[in-house]
Amino acid sequence: MASSHLDHLENQSIYILREAYANFKNLAMLWSIGKDSTVLLWLARKAFFGHAPITLVHIDTAYKIPAMIAYRDRLALEWKLNMVYGQNTEALREKKTFPDGTATRLQCCGSLKTEALKNTLSGEWPRYRLNLQSGKYEPDINREPYTGVIVGARADEEGSRSKERYFSPRDKNNEWDVGDQPPELWNQFKTDFAPGTHIRVHPLLDWTELNIWEYIERENIPIIDLYFDKGEGKRYRSLGCYPCTAPVESTAKSVPEIVEELKNGKFANIAERSGRAQDKEDGGGLEALRRDGYM
Amino acid sequence: MEAHTLGRSSTSERVDVDKSGEQMNIVIVGHVDHGKSTVIGRLLADTGSLPDGKLDAVKAFCALNSRPFEYAFLLDALKDEQSQGITIDTARTFFKSSKRHYIVLDAPGHIEFLKNMVTGAARAEAALLVIDAKEGIRENSRRHGYLLSMLGIRQISVLVNKMDLVDYSQEVFNSIREEYTRFLARIDITPKFFIPISAFQGENMIGPSAKIPWYSGHSVLAAVDAFEKEPPKPHQPFRMPVQDVYKFTAMGDDRRIVAGRVESGSIKVGDEVLFLPSNKKSRIKSIEAFNEPIRSEVLSGYTPGFTLTEQVYINRGELMVKASEPQPSVSRLIRANIFWMGRKPLEMGRGYFLKLGTSKIPVRLKRINYLIDASDSLEKRDKANIERHDVADCVLELSRAIAFDAIADMEATGRFVIVDQYEIAGGGIIREALPDDQEDLRSEVAQREEKFERSAIVPEKRMQRLNQRPTLILITGEGSTDRKGVGKAIEEELFEMGRFAYYIGMANLLYSVDADLKDKGQSRAEHLRRLGEVAYLMLEAGLLLVVSARDLDDHDLKALETVIAPYPLLTVCMGGCKLDEGGEEVLYCPSGSQISQVVPQIIAKLQHMGSIFNP
Ligand SMILES: Nc1nc2c(ncn2[C@@H]2O[C@H](COP(=O)(O)OP(=O)(O)O)[C@@H](O)[C@H]2O)c(=O)[nH]1
Repeated sequence: MASSHLDHLENQSIYILREAYANFKNLAMLWSIGKDSTVLLWLARKAFFGHAPITLVHIDTAYKIPAMIAYRDRLALEWKLNMVYGQNTEALREKKTFPDGTATRLQCCGSLKTEALKNTLSGEWPRYRLNLQSGKYEPDINREPYTGVIVGARADEEGSRSKERYFSPRDKNNEWDVGDQPPELWNQFKTDFAPGTHIRVHPLLDWTELNIWEYIERENIPIIDLYFDKGEGKRYRSLGCYPCTAPVESTAKSVPEIVEELKNGKFANIAERSGRAQDKEDGGGLEALRRDGYM
Repeated sequence: MEAHTLGRSSTSERVDVDKSGEQMNIVIVGHVDHGKSTVIGRLLADTGSLPDGKLDAVKAFCALNSRPFEYAFLLDALKDEQSQGITIDTARTFFKSSKRHYIVLDAPGHIEFLKNMVTGAARAEAALLVIDAKEGIRENSRRHGYLLSMLGIRQISVLVNKMDLVDYSQEVFNSIREEYTRFLARIDITPKFFIPISAFQGENMIGPSAKIPWYSGHSVLAAVDAFEKEPPKPHQPFRMPVQDVYKFTAMGDDRRIVAGRVESGSIKVGDEVLFLPSNKKSRIKSIEAFNEPIRSEVLSGYTPGFTLTEQVYINRGELMVKASEPQPSVSRLIRANIFWMGRKPLEMGRGYFLKLGTSKIPVRLKRINYLIDASDSLEKRDKANIERHDVADCVLELSRAIAFDAIADMEATGRFVIVDQYEIAGGGIIREALPDDQEDLRSEVAQREEKFERSAIVPEKRMQRLNQRPTLILITGEGSTDRKGVGKAIEEELFEMGRFAYYIGMANLLYSVDADLKDKGQSRAEHLRRLGEVAYLMLEAGLLLVVSARDLDDHDLKALETVIAPYPLLTVCMGGCKLDEGGEEVLYCPSGSQISQVVPQIIAKLQHMGSIFNP
């Protein structure tokens, strides 16, 4: 057994990432730029000894906090990542957006995230790949559907996710049948799937928000600085689009301060997504979005 | 009930494990209605692990609706599962004692959800098994006990619940304890404690009970705290299923890394290692990791990479062991205990896959020794198939040999799952290796590998240069089929594609390498061995080798596979051929097929197998 709890979590995640890499020809990892998926990316570099041989997919809603995109491209070039993004250009063109367009919050999430994700993963919409030489994005020639999709979901995030498997099947419509899930035992995962379906892989399932921060601290992972207070008494606890993600009141200026705040401070008893507006709009909305594939 | 606002996330944030804090996964199992939810609910309540006001809110809700209060409602409120009424999946709840944090995997007792129970229990480090004092031992009390044993959970305490319904009778408790202890003994489980409780009344949950003065042992909480964390096992033999061999070239990386997770034991730089079943031998040159200090030794639980001094060709799925330690078994035949969860029964003669460690191999059910019937105490029954929820002792035949241990010697390498089409449909543990027909051949191969002089060229580099993975393409069939024609056409096609291929007809060997073998019939095995060895050398040289040979049968193919392992074999079966199951990769071409039809099929198959890469 690995000696500390973080060691144990890290090694389990690495094992899962390598199993995914060995079993799926068209494998993608969703990178939202947030702390969880950045930890996931870091774990991939650990699993593959400094390399990241998995395609990273970012869904660019065009409403992301601009610093997020700059950070994404900086790391992609520095770490030589296979970086791909997808976007719902049609909805953006027609201003089916919130709050500056014609959509409600949830509709906006539905089209800029869920729809974009679904069609980017299936290859129906164009994907744009970063050319590491030029630093520019170009249309990606690979338009095959991704059959394995690695995501940074954690079981502690909300009720429904506590029932996920490490390897969780999604049907043709990206749907998840919570009531009929495959057995998963002894680190044998569901790696066989019918044509048209795909598998979601969850290497961070057993991690908590605190574990994530402790690990960032231990590994010295260059996390985006939106998570830190820069003197205004505010910081982001979770990242998303700027119209719908509000910073929280906090003076944590560094990773150790965030860890301390989560352990003993004001957030010790408050759920992470409390800063996200779309979670509040309707009780079941998040569940529905998640079922549709929105992370 | 405000399930959504008081969901699990808030509970879990409360009990985050801090660095010093120990965490343990436990599972609660038992027959439906025997009181699992009540035990959990009571534990949460009595250890102060509930969100403030939650318990009172649920009680008030029940009173308002004139329903009796149930702890199950409380859990449901925490799990947003009221709509289902029954726990459909293993969901997690959290509580803490003064000793550590617990994640409780609440396994559904309902038989239909057995696969969920298995998933939850397989992740647990210890188990509480609940038995209703009034109802006594029921079908799932036994089945769950049996599954816990198969899943490898050794630490179990039994809670005899609802003692209030039997007037806290010591007699009732003792008789259940005796009967159940007898049952557990037969499946090699010695429970740590038997505890008489009333979960609903809170008797013996977190402290001694005045109602049960005749019992002075552990309370439930004390029993849970008495479970031990699994200690590291540095003294067990080293075992590591190979996840992959990486040769990333980006950023000028020149390392060739064998990666996996150390399941048991430990290993140091300089140790001699063996890869099984292919018998390749090498030595650890370095231990690799990213963003870690350089290490010279690694223990179980870690997922390192290794570079080797000698560049042996190995594949994912092999078992890496230390040459100096007790060796695992290698065979195609195993005796196993299986529990089946598939909708369709496990049938004799049908094809399945077996996954053990990182290997995945076609498998068939060869014989059912007996079935273990949970409904009436481990009775043995005869049956033609293994049906859903059955547990059976049986013999499995793999299409090629794998390396493994008997479950009694080593857990991680002694258990497997069975895949039916796309689904994991069964789990099993290996009781023993049975002798197969390849043992002599394997020891000859082991000797060859012992002495084999390795090239300094890294196999993956050679493969990248030649743009192909060495593969034996064997063309076989009845006397009248045009095996030679197909063989030569394939060689030519591959050549035209810019690949490195070579064709050998049997006659090329019969009068050269085999010239000393007089009696053709008796020396068939020796002919095959020599064919295999010649093929092996050519595969080591990086070639796609095409061989045509008449009338080969399953046995012959297995022998060839053993000699050339781990290089893949593609069998092309022309016309009516003698193959019953074939090798792992077989292409059947009906008699009368034209060469021009067969060749593209073979090329497509080679592409699919990853033997020829896309340009
Ligand atoms: N009298 C009595 N009833 C109990 C006790 N524990 C549980 N029950 C009742 O037994 C029923 C089934 O309990 P529950 O915990 O839901 O069982 P599960 O299906 O194993 O989770 C419920 O009505 C409980 O209130 C107990 O100690 N004494």
